[in-house]
Amino acid sequence: MLAGSAAVGIGLALLLALVVVPEDADQGISQRIFYIHVPIALTAYFCFGLGAWKALLLLWRGDDRHDLESYVAIHQGTIFGALTLITGSIWARASWGVWWTWSSNQLVLFLVLFLFYCAYFMLRFSLEDGPRRARSSAVYALFGVVLIPVSFLAIRLANDFIHPTVFTREGPQMTALMFTTFCVSWAAVTLLAYVFYRVELAGKRLDLRLRELREDLA
Amino acid sequence: MNYLSDVVALTAKDLRVELRARDTLPAMLLFVLAILVVFHFALPAGADDDAAYGLLWVAIVFTALLGLARAWVAEQEHGVLDGLVLAPCDRSTIWLGKTLATLAFLLAVQVVALPAFALLFAPLDATALVGVLLADAGICAVGSLMAAMAVAGRSREVLLPLLVLPLAIPLVIGGVGAAVSPEGGRYLLLLALYDAVFAVLSWASFEYVVTEQT
Amino acid sequence: MIRARGLEKRYGRKRVLAALDFDVACGGVALVIGPNGSGKTTLLRLFSRLAAPSRGTLSVEVDRSKIGYLGHEPLVYRELTALENLDLYGRLYRIPERRERIGMLLERFGLWDDRGVRVASYSRGMTQRLALCRALLHEPELVILDEPYAALDVAGAALLDRELGSLAGERTLVVATHDPDRLAELATDRLVLA
Repeated sequence: MLAGSAAVGIGLALLLALVVVPEDADQGISQRIFYIHVPIALTAYFCFGLGAWKALLLLWRGDDRHDLESYVAIHQGTIFGALTLITGSIWARASWGVWWTWSSNQLVLFLVLFLFYCAYFMLRFSLEDGPRRARSSAVYALFGVVLIPVSFLAIRLANDFIHPTVFTREGPQMTALMFTTFCVSWAAVTLLAYVFYRVELAGKRLDLRLRELREDLA
Repeated sequence: MNYLSDVVALTAKDLRVELRARDTLPAMLLFVLAILVVFHFALPAGADDDAAYGLLWVAIVFTALLGLARAWVAEQEHGVLDGLVLAPCDRSTIWLGKTLATLAFLLAVQVVALPAFALLFAPLDATALVGVLLADAGICAVGSLMAAMAVAGRSREVLLPLLVLPLAIPLVIGGVGAAVSPEGGRYLLLLALYDAVFAVLSWASFEYVVTEQT
Repeated sequence: MIRARGLEKRYGRKRVLAALDFDVACGGVALVIGPNGSGKTTLLRLFSRLAAPSRGTLSVEVDRSKIGYLGHEPLVYRELTALENLDLYGRLYRIPERRERIGMLLERFGLWDDRGVRVASYSRGMTQRLALCRALLHEPELVILDEPYAALDVAGAALLDRELGSLAGERTLVVATHDPDRLAELATDRLVLA
């Protein structure tokens, strides 16, 4: 049912974003990517936050279930983070003719976070399954969520001396229709992410259970 | 207070071990000097001072990584960390002792490396130096925690830089900004914020990294 | 003192200990016997709380400040002297009258003359004796020894026999060993791992 509503949501969002909303005067058709790109970015943040929350629960309550939940949330966040970078890059190309710009605070922040969370998977890969891996991953996830605001501040400062030119993203004020489209899209992407999260979590839990049963039989 | 005396005992232990073994400090010193020479050839002919500051920070980060790796691999190799974890002291004292010792080594190396840099490349003013101090503290604090994580698994030599480098980015921004920007003070504030936040986080979470149960 | 029910420990996919039920009474001497790779070290690490069980329950009714552990590794710093090593642990374990206790233990284990020498230059037997000093330094109520006789020569083994003899009954001992006959008279419980 959730999956169904997610599919409907995404369909509706795409319809609104691509067809219904009038083309932006300044940026043209590329501005439509905004309706996808920003919700994806926000969803990535949300996933990282969820991962950190589950990590905190793991450390606080000592319940092993939270390890997998944290891992899957961060996995989703990383996927959406990669999508953020891709859609952001497309938007940059469409708007300013470059595939990448260091002036875009959001893009740079996501690059740093993407690196950080990729290292999360390297960490998990190098430790054996067990309390050590669960706890180290959880601590790392907490570091990630603290890194987000600190990095943001740092990158904003950094733009002072890295690039004198500033690309503005601020377009005209959003009309009610644009705002609605944005909200619909945001809700749809978040829902989609949540559905992915539940599906992956269920899949991994099943996998774990199967393995346990196999071993008990052996 | 027991906590402080534990930290002192552990820091003293690390300093004493290094003084006897004498393998980390010379390696770090040689490494940073070699990097500076490489930088001279890496920088294009017309490069201005600002580029040099950037490279200085790369040198600092990698030298710190070298020091951190050596500090922790030894503990894990002979399993001595277990002995400390078993003791009734608060586990965060282990982290603090190691952080302070690594910081001491980094500072000792910089006493030579920074004047060398100023001589060969570009001058360093007070703001830049305070930036170096603050960033050193940040890197050692965060690095000690990450090293404890990395060292428990395999491919630890590769994993440690991967874990630390993204976290070091705000520090590099702060350090270079402090050296280069006319508003250096803002970058020092950034560094101080980073240190405060991440040191507390590292201090509080170390226990969870070296134990399997509370 | 120690109670294990359905104890299981897994490292990654490998199950090292399976469904263990075991009790050690206060003041008892438990022998853990088994060939290499049977999980003796893992079990002792679980008892000392260095590792956590994957499944099952394990209760060790003593605070970690009262556990003395001798592992496969001697857990001493090679660059420091015996005195410095024991002094460090003495501080961390908050031993009253640290110097006297250290001196006494070093003498008992025949290391007094070499107390100022770096452990790196010790023989394996001496290092093992130092490790025993470290394990017993704080007069632990629960003494966990993982193959303590390994690397000891005849004289060292005799020292250890005497030490264990005096500890048995007063403290709880858990000893993993290849050679069960050695401690046969002292043992109150045995656990054989396949």
